[in-house]
Amino acid sequence: MSFRSAVVTFPGSNCDRDLAVALEQVSGTAALRVWHGDAELPEGLDFIALPGGFSYGDYLRSGAMAARSPIMQAVVRAAERGVPVLGVCNGFQVLTEAGLLPGALMRNAGQTFVCRTVPLRVETSQSLFTAGYEAGQIVRFPVAHHDGNYFADEGTLDRLESEGRVAFRYADQVNGSRRDIAGVLNKAGNVLGMMPHPERAIESEHGSSDGRALFESVVRGLVEA
Amino acid sequence: MKVRIHVSLKPGVLDPQGRAVHHALEGMGFTGIEDVRVGRLIELDVAEGTSDADLDAMCRKLLANMVIENYRVEKPETVQ
Repeated sequence: MSFRSAVVTFPGSNCDRDLAVALEQVSGTAALRVWHGDAELPEGLDFIALPGGFSYGDYLRSGAMAARSPIMQAVVRAAERGVPVLGVCNGFQVLTEAGLLPGALMRNAGQTFVCRTVPLRVETSQSLFTAGYEAGQIVRFPVAHHDGNYFADEGTLDRLESEGRVAFRYADQVNGSRRDIAGVLNKAGNVLGMMPHPERAIESEHGSSDGRALFESVVRGLVEA
Repeated sequence: MKVRIHVSLKPGVLDPQGRAVHHALEGMGFTGIEDVRVGRLIELDVAEGTSDADLDAMCRKLLANMVIENYRVEKPETVQ
């Protein structure tokens, strides 16, 4: 059975190819490539990925311009229909700016661009994206961002925690994120945004292959569903 | 009609940039600085008669992120 996925490219995206390679390696099917100016997504998608990078030069706020691009209107409609969407790094910023995920990604507390491989704790295995991990498992993913400092008000944070929507937490202090949150799910569980890069950790040459299980979880969950 | 939109972080939202500027000012020898918050000024040149509702919508939908920011619209009678 084929796995029909699409990777969106915005002007300034730079991890779109990495995501497409990860999806193809794990699923055996090439990911379709979609441009920000397209008004519609390809028909019958199983999965949509929003890549890292610096869409629109991070003008105004990271992800703000991309969130208002034509293709994002289609992505929001697809997400609301239940199509799974993964946003990594700038993709996470785009998802919060588009209102698909709560909170905002602010400038890192230390003011500096953080670029290194960090330990994360998988907080839930009860999601399409994390089913292949154990809750509490420590994984190592690269991060590379300037605006990864997750902010939401206390009420929102409490709700995310009580609904099991914190997917990943930094095991070390990385960027000042509230409650060390590195990745969050939407209420329906079909949208995940995360600052760390699973697509940069899919084979041993990357220094970690811990990200592979995320893509395997998705493919297994969707193809066997 | 020239309109200025002042975007600032909400009270209670930590401003790492403001804190860095604060430290820099103190490092330069300036004293008595209680706090520094860095915001953004956006100048729009819009058609005469553009409604407040439209300006508000522009702010809420794009110019400010209402999760972390407030905005203030400064209209021509006060813009020099």
